[in-house]
Amino acid sequence: MSNKNLLEINDCGIYCPQADVYIDPWKPVARALITHAHGDHARMGNKFYLAHRQSEQVLRLRLGQDINLQTVAYGENININGVHISFHPAGHITGSAQIRLEYEGEVWVTSGDYKTETDKTCTPFEPVPCHTFITESTFGLPIYNWRPQQEIFQEINEWWQQNREQGLTSLLCGYSLGKAQRLLANVDERIGPILLHGAVYNVCEALKKDGLQLPPYERLSRETEKSSISGSLVIAPPSALNTPWMNKLKPLRTAIASGWMNLRGAKRRRAVDRGFVLSDHADWQGLNTAIKQTGAERVLVTHGYTAGFSRWLQTLGYDAREVHTLYSGELGEINEEAEEISSETEL
Amino acid sequence: MRQFAHLFAQLDQTNKTNEKLFILKEYLAAAPPKDILWALALFTGKRPRRPVNSTLLRHWAAEAANLPLWLFEESYHVVGDLSETIALLLPPPQHQHDQPLAYWMDFLRNLHPLEEADKKAAILEAWDGMDKVERFVFNKLMSGSFRIGISQNLMVRAVAEVQEMDPAVAAHRLMGNWDPLTTDYDALFGEEDAGDRLSRPYPFYLAHALETGPHSLGDPHEWQAEWKWDGIRSQLIYRQGELYIWSRGEELVTDKYPELLSLQEHLPYDCVIDGELLPVKEGTVMPFAALQTRIGRKIVSRKQLSETPVRIYAYDLLELKGEDIRQWPLEQRRQALEQLVQQTTAPTLLELSAVVDFNAWEELQEARNSSRSLMAEGLMLKKKDSAYGVGRKRGDWWKWKIDPLTIDGVLVYAQKGSGRRADLYTDYTFAVWDEEEKQLVPFAKAYSGLSDAEIRRVDNFVKRNTRERFGPVRTVSPELVFEIAFEGIQKSSRHKSGVAIRFPRILRWRLDKKAQDANTLRDLQDMLNIYGS
Repeated sequence: MSNKNLLEINDCGIYCPQADVYIDPWKPVARALITHAHGDHARMGNKFYLAHRQSEQVLRLRLGQDINLQTVAYGENININGVHISFHPAGHITGSAQIRLEYEGEVWVTSGDYKTETDKTCTPFEPVPCHTFITESTFGLPIYNWRPQQEIFQEINEWWQQNREQGLTSLLCGYSLGKAQRLLANVDERIGPILLHGAVYNVCEALKKDGLQLPPYERLSRETEKSSISGSLVIAPPSALNTPWMNKLKPLRTAIASGWMNLRGAKRRRAVDRGFVLSDHADWQGLNTAIKQTGAERVLVTHGYTAGFSRWLQTLGYDAREVHTLYSGELGEINEEAEEISSETEL
Repeated sequence: MRQFAHLFAQLDQTNKTNEKLFILKEYLAAAPPKDILWALALFTGKRPRRPVNSTLLRHWAAEAANLPLWLFEESYHVVGDLSETIALLLPPPQHQHDQPLAYWMDFLRNLHPLEEADKKAAILEAWDGMDKVERFVFNKLMSGSFRIGISQNLMVRAVAEVQEMDPAVAAHRLMGNWDPLTTDYDALFGEEDAGDRLSRPYPFYLAHALETGPHSLGDPHEWQAEWKWDGIRSQLIYRQGELYIWSRGEELVTDKYPELLSLQEHLPYDCVIDGELLPVKEGTVMPFAALQTRIGRKIVSRKQLSETPVRIYAYDLLELKGEDIRQWPLEQRRQALEQLVQQTTAPTLLELSAVVDFNAWEELQEARNSSRSLMAEGLMLKKKDSAYGVGRKRGDWWKWKIDPLTIDGVLVYAQKGSGRRADLYTDYTFAVWDEEEKQLVPFAKAYSGLSDAEIRRVDNFVKRNTRERFGPVRTVSPELVFEIAFEGIQKSSRHKSGVAIRFPRILRWRLDKKAQDANTLRDLQDMLNIYGS
């Protein structure tokens, strides 16, 4: 390999000079490889998009029906100027991928966002052997250790059941893309009807077109009778909290499902009744395991607790350093908000 | 412990008063009496002494979690709470302890005399048998920082309802100087026994802030005006020859102000006085900063006694010769108070807090403007026919404070907050321009005053405009300007700016101003010359 790196970070994003492509660029470019359809990774204005098949409808929903988009299956090989490019399951949300680039025997993998825990709504994370691994670090501190999801879903079911018995509606908030479908696919639908906020409903419809199987749901609209709302579970983006939209659900209980709920402070800031610790990002163990499994010698740490996590990796013997990107970095929570705003516009 | 931890978790999960009340009552009805005593003690701010310092706890927790100390600290900065950080980092428990809260309170007390190594072994063993919530609560108890989001009022209501007591009686009983170790449950809630109740204070009556001006209060002749002092709100109790002083923090502070003890020889008869404990020298009230040299001290030096002598400015009488007179109208209580002070032969220890005469609200406005020169924070307005109530009630008592001093400062340093502000840059340092040196000089730290939305925007700015990092502190590009309000200004050799300010807080974000428009060191010094002392 030449002395040039296969991937580098420039003003527009993660760039491969050899193939002249960007991964998840934050400024408009000619050719963009997209790890997944969340707003900070898939932005408007690129001339050409390459993404996984199951991202297609959501990307079109969010970026416009007429974007120039080509899709691939996991493991499918694409060759651009000698660079072998392939997408591999990241386990983050439906259609999310790690992107592998190989050139003259040198392999780099960009993880995008990922989690190692299984998820009914997406293909499980697959470790991809590489020389250099670009990892996220959203929850890259040892304070983040997720409990098994079965326990969390059981808590959510009990919460809903209890509210229902008291004649209360349960408003459960999570990102409209990813978290909402995961919640929908895992709660016990026998407890009562499940209603979706418009933003969540639109994403579910798009994902269904891309082949995702989901239990029955209904859209919560202006026409929905108050009597059919009472005691139901309503899934909505966090931006819906404390807006007049909520009035229709009263009397109600509110909850957020997010990895941030692991900290008391974050939960109290949100002033919700319950915080369920459920994340689509790898926890501390997950990050460490995933990195080890790649066999990488060099690790570049993007968005999250970059400084602490790269220092930790150095103590384990990795050639690790932090890389500044515009995904979310320490700005996890702001990113959360950005995500909310983008879903709000879909109302 | 599980029962208590469960109570904590449940209370933590709701922000609805009625639910909290329900949860509390459930606990009070079900828990063992010894545990209830401890819970009540803890909820009303009686915290046990800390058996281990936090540095040791950090080291032991990091070791138990098999993590380098720097990573522990890094985590702590994000969580913003040591007890929670430890609970999150420890490995899963290996067994399950099953002892009640009272057992663990004993456990903590028994740690004190132990050698460091034995303390460590005992704590590691304790951690190993607790789940995350239990560990969190246990750590809070151990670090002496246990707090819970329920008001004293709510606690009193729960107790009153479960014990079928009058809430005022319940408040009275919970407030006193009882010790959960030696107090008997039935005694605390049983018949009053005179001997050990001599020291018990009444709940303080608190005023709301008058936001607009006094005109809305109606006829000025129905109101009494007094200076609002900037000292320690206190209750002076003199019963059967014994003297006690309680601060509004429900702390018995008699020993800290030994000069006041000689009032025992001067007071003519039993009484309970509500007033302000103030540092007064040669007849002049000193600024609050002077009092601060005494607040933390248990043992007072001769020097402090002569440099910062204190006295009580009395403004109300709650008990007269053993009779609770709180239901008397203020006018009548005031008369009795004046009589009492007149008959007390110690003018340098007990003094009447003056009533401000006025016939029209406009006159009062003028008086208020002169507050600062008297070291007062403004005026108190009390309805002449009002009884002495319990807690903060709207209607009969108002505080009408003077407007704060303000300075526009530039944000220069930021640090992450704790609690509900954890992982957000919420603690700021502000600077003014030193025009000669052409540089910014920090003059104030402020934590409060911004809305959550504004905090998020500032936090975002800090993260994107960091220049340097020093541990948890970041220096940021000097761009944002904020109007800082404060109550007083003092000369200080400890601060680079040469001044120390009291109660700084953010009044508003001056989005209309650029860094160069902020105030100067000269402006601060001018203020010091006018208002400093």
